[in-house]
Amino acid sequence: MSRPSDHIDSPAPSTRESISQPKLGPIGYIRFFWRQLTSMRTALFLLLLLAIAAVPGSVFPQRSSDPNGVTQYFANNASAAPVLDKLQLFDVYTSAWFSAIYLLLFISLIGCVIPRTIHHAKALTSPPPKTPARLERLGSFSAFEIEADAAGSTLTSASAVDSGRAVLRRAGYRVKLFDGRGLDGPEFSASAERGYLRETGNLVFHISLIGILVAVGIGGGVGYTGNKVLVTGQAFANVRLTFDSFTKGRFFTDSDLQPYRLKLDKFAVNYEEKNRNALGQPIDYTADVTTFDASGTATKAVIKVNDPLRIGGNNVYLLGNGYAPWITVKNPAGKTVYSEPVPFLAQDANLTSLGIIKVPDGLASQVGMRAFFYPTANENADGVLGSVYPDLRNPVLSLVVFTGDLGINAGVPKSVYVLDTDKMTPLAGPGTADGTMALRLKPGESAQIPGGLGSVTFENKAPASDGADLSQSVQRFASFDVHRDPTQGWVLFFAITVLAGLLTSLFIPRRRLWIKVVELAGGRLRIEYAGLARGEDPTLDAAVAAIAQRHSQQLGLRLNS
Amino acid sequence: MISAALASYSLTAIYSAMGVYLFAFIAFTLDLAKRSAESPLATVNSAARVGQMTRVGGTAVLDREPVVAAPQRASNRFERAAFALTILGWVLHVIGTVLRGVAANRVPWANMFEFSLTASAIIVGVFIAIQAWQNLRFLGAYITGFCLIVLGFGTVGFYVNVVPLPPALQSYWLVIHVFVATLGTAFFAIGAGLSLVQLIQARREAKSIAGLKFLDTMPDAEKLETLAYRVIVVGFIFWTFTLMAGAIWAEHAWGRYWGWDTKEVWTFIIWTIFAGYLHARATRGWRGARSAYLAIVGFAAVMFNFTIVNLFFKGLHAYSGL
Ligand code: HEM
Repeated sequence: MSRPSDHIDSPAPSTRESISQPKLGPIGYIRFFWRQLTSMRTALFLLLLLAIAAVPGSVFPQRSSDPNGVTQYFANNASAAPVLDKLQLFDVYTSAWFSAIYLLLFISLIGCVIPRTIHHAKALTSPPPKTPARLERLGSFSAFEIEADAAGSTLTSASAVDSGRAVLRRAGYRVKLFDGRGLDGPEFSASAERGYLRETGNLVFHISLIGILVAVGIGGGVGYTGNKVLVTGQAFANVRLTFDSFTKGRFFTDSDLQPYRLKLDKFAVNYEEKNRNALGQPIDYTADVTTFDASGTATKAVIKVNDPLRIGGNNVYLLGNGYAPWITVKNPAGKTVYSEPVPFLAQDANLTSLGIIKVPDGLASQVGMRAFFYPTANENADGVLGSVYPDLRNPVLSLVVFTGDLGINAGVPKSVYVLDTDKMTPLAGPGTADGTMALRLKPGESAQIPGGLGSVTFENKAPASDGADLSQSVQRFASFDVHRDPTQGWVLFFAITVLAGLLTSLFIPRRRLWIKVVELAGGRLRIEYAGLARGEDPTLDAAVAAIAQRHSQQLGLRLNS
Repeated sequence: MISAALASYSLTAIYSAMGVYLFAFIAFTLDLAKRSAESPLATVNSAARVGQMTRVGGTAVLDREPVVAAPQRASNRFERAAFALTILGWVLHVIGTVLRGVAANRVPWANMFEFSLTASAIIVGVFIAIQAWQNLRFLGAYITGFCLIVLGFGTVGFYVNVVPLPPALQSYWLVIHVFVATLGTAFFAIGAGLSLVQLIQARREAKSIAGLKFLDTMPDAEKLETLAYRVIVVGFIFWTFTLMAGAIWAEHAWGRYWGWDTKEVWTFIIWTIFAGYLHARATRGWRGARSAYLAIVGFAAVMFNFTIVNLFFKGLHAYSGL
């Protein structure tokens, strides 16, 4: 079957071959190596190795899926982390060793599949092989002796085999008749085979795996992923520079970005309010957006979790959300030097959120603030604030203020979510010389920045008439991922053929079946039935029995069992 | 509140099911003990047969040797009682699980507690159904014992009140993906049980261990291996589908079909181990004990994925509800 030589159905290696290793020339070595690489043992070994190699990626945080986790790991394990990083344990799935394993596996796979495909293509067009001389040696065998006139009219070996052929054909076998002289007399036989689809399925399965790998590889090369945080009312254009972060494949070009704009009109969150066990659990996120195509035509759309927006060859996903308190900073003269919504990162289920405000210009010295936002603030007995509900019931902003060098002049890019206070002194909050407390503001309130640097205001974006309803006072932001993966459809296609190939290769039995009629001395006939499984075939015996049954019926004989 | 009442009825049904399973487990164990006293199974003779022709009137009759049916064990009272109890326990179990779903107004597999209910119900269900194909009741103690442990941890360790689905889980893929995963798990569980018995049986056949006479009443190692293979193949198909459905869902929810999230990693690892198992079965020198070990390791990975990975590993699939 042209399977790897250590396949269970391949003939066992002759001992002579393995003992007297001939001297191998260069070609010999290459062939030897290739044989090893494409053996079942190697494939098995590489498969298991791949499974083991995938484990560390679930133990250590991965840059691809959890970059913050990696940063944190470095902070917590300062001595071990760089060593682990050298071993690429934070990039397991793109690491040299992981890639080496799967590439070897796929080379092995290709080397295994090509000869099998060629062999199978030949098998598909060639007739079943000659009937073996001794069928009784096969596992599934039965034989019956009858008088030639047992069925009333005279049976000949030829007519009996002929009707056998019809029975086999009806059962989906490909049949070839043979005629010859056996050990006990002249014999006629039908050699039949079925289940070529089993091998076809197996090949389709393995080839589709290659297809998936290739499609994934190409997709990674030409696709891209951009992330954009939008506060309600904001918009972005599908241009590389407008994204907050953008990763692209090696072969990506900016012309792959189709021009469109997307504006976040409204972002609504529903919280569970009735079920006491789940108070405040988010039930639904809805982003109402307006999209504008190249010609400026506006279309309204809704994006939800599990329900992305397909636009301009992209998918736009709603991935995250949170609060974006609007902060205004003024200098002592009352001139606004900073005024914008600041997206805060949620720290817990009740949306206690952390945000960073950096004011590099316009004040006497640079100012940085580390801010905690509590949508429903509650002060515990020790005077520590916490949020007890994720919606805006009692919004409070707490600001720890620093002044000094923000460290952003050196041109080194700094995360907007990190405040480097190494070269700064605290003005309000923990660590101040005079014990100045952190500033606490409710929407609409202002406070002086200590040291006479100016003032900071926590804007109320929906000043209600009665002043008590703060439920709309702070805006929300939604974070959108924009993806393009042009080969995704191919991956799905191959995944489906993987499954289809698997089903056919595991459930279609491939077997050979023979019906032989031997003319014995004295006008007697011996009818033999035998079957041979090729691969797993739990129903072989039953299949042979069924053919025997149908054949004898056809002949007018009755099988008693 | 109706939902709370239903949830408590559900829990009552589950506790009752556990009680019944406990008796089933005891009866299955007694059955195993009793098997020790029995005579070994007659092995089916599959040697070539030559039939005899007789003549009746004008029609020739081919008398075949009667097909030797798998011999029925004579004294299987405990086994029958245990199996009946298993069915009873399962009915209660299913009622409890369905009530939980009704209480939550969705499928009962959105957190670890519910997942333990549903997964163990499906495992027992598959175990019961599979008897129509093959008598595998000798695995009864293993299956009921296993489900008692799962339900015990589920109700004691993982219990959570009915809460609504978080937005990321609000998808019909929750229904398909998780249900098929549990089906796959059930087949892997039975396959691992068969492989375990196979390993012990093989040792006895090789005379490297003595005792455990009850194993004489079970199929031989080779037959067990074939049975395990056929069960695991079905599990593998379900698992392949789980993997694909998960990828499609991930694409809808997270914008990429594959991101090596911890849960994705482990689903992949399990798939790869079982692909290895299927290969091992076709590799010379790997049939028998080695492939059986792979089947057991594969199922252990499934369990690891459900317990340790859910509870202690960080990832997007944070659905334990704890
Ligand atoms: C990407 C790596 C591979 C995976 C995931 C994989 C998976 C599988 C699976 C699941 C099966 C059983 C289903 C079926 O029969 O179609 C199988 C069978 C088979 N594989 Fe692979 N395979 C891989 C690589 C290879 C390689 C490299 C070879 C060649 C050395 C190979 C040769 C075979 C053969 C000959 C069978 C048929 C086994 C039988 O006769 O039952 N596979 N493979």
